[in-house]
Amino acid sequence: MMSSVIKLLWLIPVLPLVASGVGALLPRPRRRTSVALALGAMSGSLLLSLAAFAGTLNSGRETVREVFNFAWFNFGSATVQLGWVLDPLSAIMLVMVTLVSLLIFIYSIGYMKEDENFTRFFCFMGLFAASMLGIVIANSLLLLFICWELVGLSSYLLIGFWYQKPSAAAAAKKAFITTRIGDLGLLLGMVWLYSRTGTLIFYDNGQGCLEQSALSHLALAATVGGMAVSTAISLLIFCGAVGKSGQLPLHVWLPDAMEGPTPVSALIHAATMVAAGVFLVARMYPLMSSGVNPVSGSTALQVVAWVGAITAVFAASIAVAQNDIKRILAYSTVSQLGYMMLGLGVGGVAVGMFHLLTHAVFKALLFMGAGSVIHGSHEEQDIRKMGALKKLMPLTFATYAVGMMALCGVPLFFSGFWSKDAILHAARHWSVSAVPFYLGVFGAFLTAFYMTRQVCYVFFGRRPAASGSSRHPVAQPHESPAVMTVPLAILAVLAVLTGFFGTPAWPWFEAYLNGGHATLDVGNIFADGQMGVMATSTVVITVAIALSGWIYYKAAAQSPRQTDPLENAQPFVFNCLRRKFFIDELYEATVIRLNAVFSRFSDWLDRKLWDGVVRAVSALTVLLAKASRGTDESVVNRGFDQGCEGLRDGGKVAARWQDGQAQRYLRVIGAAVGLLLVFLIWGSK
Amino acid sequence: MTTPLSHYLVLSALLFSVGFAGAVLRRNVILVLIGIELMLNAANLNFIGFWRYGAHPEALTGVMFAIFSIAIAAAEAAVGLALVIAIYRHRRTVQVDQFNSLKG
Repeated sequence: MMSSVIKLLWLIPVLPLVASGVGALLPRPRRRTSVALALGAMSGSLLLSLAAFAGTLNSGRETVREVFNFAWFNFGSATVQLGWVLDPLSAIMLVMVTLVSLLIFIYSIGYMKEDENFTRFFCFMGLFAASMLGIVIANSLLLLFICWELVGLSSYLLIGFWYQKPSAAAAAKKAFITTRIGDLGLLLGMVWLYSRTGTLIFYDNGQGCLEQSALSHLALAATVGGMAVSTAISLLIFCGAVGKSGQLPLHVWLPDAMEGPTPVSALIHAATMVAAGVFLVARMYPLMSSGVNPVSGSTALQVVAWVGAITAVFAASIAVAQNDIKRILAYSTVSQLGYMMLGLGVGGVAVGMFHLLTHAVFKALLFMGAGSVIHGSHEEQDIRKMGALKKLMPLTFATYAVGMMALCGVPLFFSGFWSKDAILHAARHWSVSAVPFYLGVFGAFLTAFYMTRQVCYVFFGRRPAASGSSRHPVAQPHESPAVMTVPLAILAVLAVLTGFFGTPAWPWFEAYLNGGHATLDVGNIFADGQMGVMATSTVVITVAIALSGWIYYKAAAQSPRQTDPLENAQPFVFNCLRRKFFIDELYEATVIRLNAVFSRFSDWLDRKLWDGVVRAVSALTVLLAKASRGTDESVVNRGFDQGCEGLRDGGKVAARWQDGQAQRYLRVIGAAVGLLLVFLIWGSK
Repeated sequence: MTTPLSHYLVLSALLFSVGFAGAVLRRNVILVLIGIELMLNAANLNFIGFWRYGAHPEALTGVMFAIFSIAIAAAEAAVGLALVIAIYRHRRTVQVDQFNSLKG
């Protein structure tokens, strides 16, 4: 049974790919056909993923890893191989990506109903999901890189989906270029890895680059500054993950990516794009963690942990001061991705991946809820202009509240609590430094704070008196159609349930990934300082929610809404946060300025230096051409002309003989025959 | 006992010369055609003569040739006369020296 699943694994990304290809080739845009194609393909992929997942489950104690490699092409004596792998890591990701994508697809039917480019949307979404699934099953860094770039391309297409808006086009460009910077690192790392190990296949019966022989070889070789080659390659590959997953300092594209349609944001932030970076680190974990002294972890993982921890707090603090409902969620994603990186750095694959999965579910839920709010309140995105939507959109409110509590990490019943707690617990026991733990706790505080602020503004309080109601009367917000709310409800249920697969009492998820058997033991909760961490985070979250609720419940109830209470208290700090620590301005002043100066220099070089050379060459060419023309005209042409004239004169003479008098021809023939006769008779003598 | 072959050949040569002279010298296209027919028949006479005085007079090869040649001559005369009529309709003349529009 297993072998048949591994043989069919390639179908999982290919199905949506084919569906979007066929959808693109339809002679006329047909809404029903393209939706049916996209949904059918995603459902097919989901079923296959579930089959693959089931195959990895009933395997007993060993970690299952099946690979299928094949040669792509040869050059010289080297063979470039591609392949796919089925192991717990890819299986669980497959299920998550296909499930969340399917729900987002269904939701998009409602959200994009009015859009005239409906079929194009589903075509791009299918491509997006397909490339992400390709990343997940890849057993070769090369295949992973190809799909990685496809994800970049489709994110560009989707963020710029409303390309008529200049801001959307700019955001798409920004996302594409910013992630390219990270990808350069990934590419360099990949090339270096290939030159060292001669293969890019991850697992290949001991020959792969993530297996023991290659790793020990890499860890022993040293490069500049005594750094192990494995560390250097890991850091380069991590650059790619930083770009894709929006970590500092390449996080700037992610909030701007909100210009795309909301389902796209949900897909980018939950299932596909940003998850790819975390997944890459998880996939390359054997390389990242190789050559370690067992106490402090490898240098690469330390970098991962520090970047993650700083990003988590940095982005969460910015989210406190934003007013756009989607931007708050975007910065929240950046911060949660920081948590995932922190989890990978300090705790290992299971910790980081568990948060990735729970976050995928509740962040998709939150984004789709935000989309429902935006849709229901007629494309309004500013939370200050919303309010009291609790009664008007009850279903959206209920599901959004579940998502918000999962994100904040409200204890016991919400998945975010368990996954975040696992990260904090691992950070608490990190031997290198205690700072990431405190950063993580502070990030949790901020997370609860900004989410409560947002929910207060959006769902509670009073509707702000519709300013300018005389000019364009604001229609009453309304609940979204069932095609949008049903996926929300499903995700809300999942946002609660997924948490129970990774509690300390029943660490099923860790056992599943690392091989082993999970046993239910409630006592584990009290062992190993778990209780302390949980209590800390519970207290922190409670305080944050209470504080934020106290401040903003009042603020939301005021009827023309005042300036933000925090802004009144600390105008300078608040403005700093609202302007996102001036990172965009900083880049504007440094990187972009530098780039502009350099391009102006290049321009000068082009115009003055290279242009001169080009002009000299062209003048020379013109001269040559003139000479050539002279020869042509005076020698070749004239000779040819004369030849022609001679031919024509000869023709004229010959034509005079051809006067159309048939009898004269006959006479000539007769005379000639006579001559022939005379010649024959005389000649024969 | 009988007339020798050379008499037939001389007759045929004379016939051919008369035909040739007609074809070359007459202006009327009908008479040119008649001259051509005469030349063909001179050739037929040669076929019959050479056959009759040849190695195998019992095989009817000469007669076969002559009959084929006559059939072809008939077809050729039909085509020629059709051409003459067509040209006459076009040019209102049968004088062959007027037919010079095919010259190069």
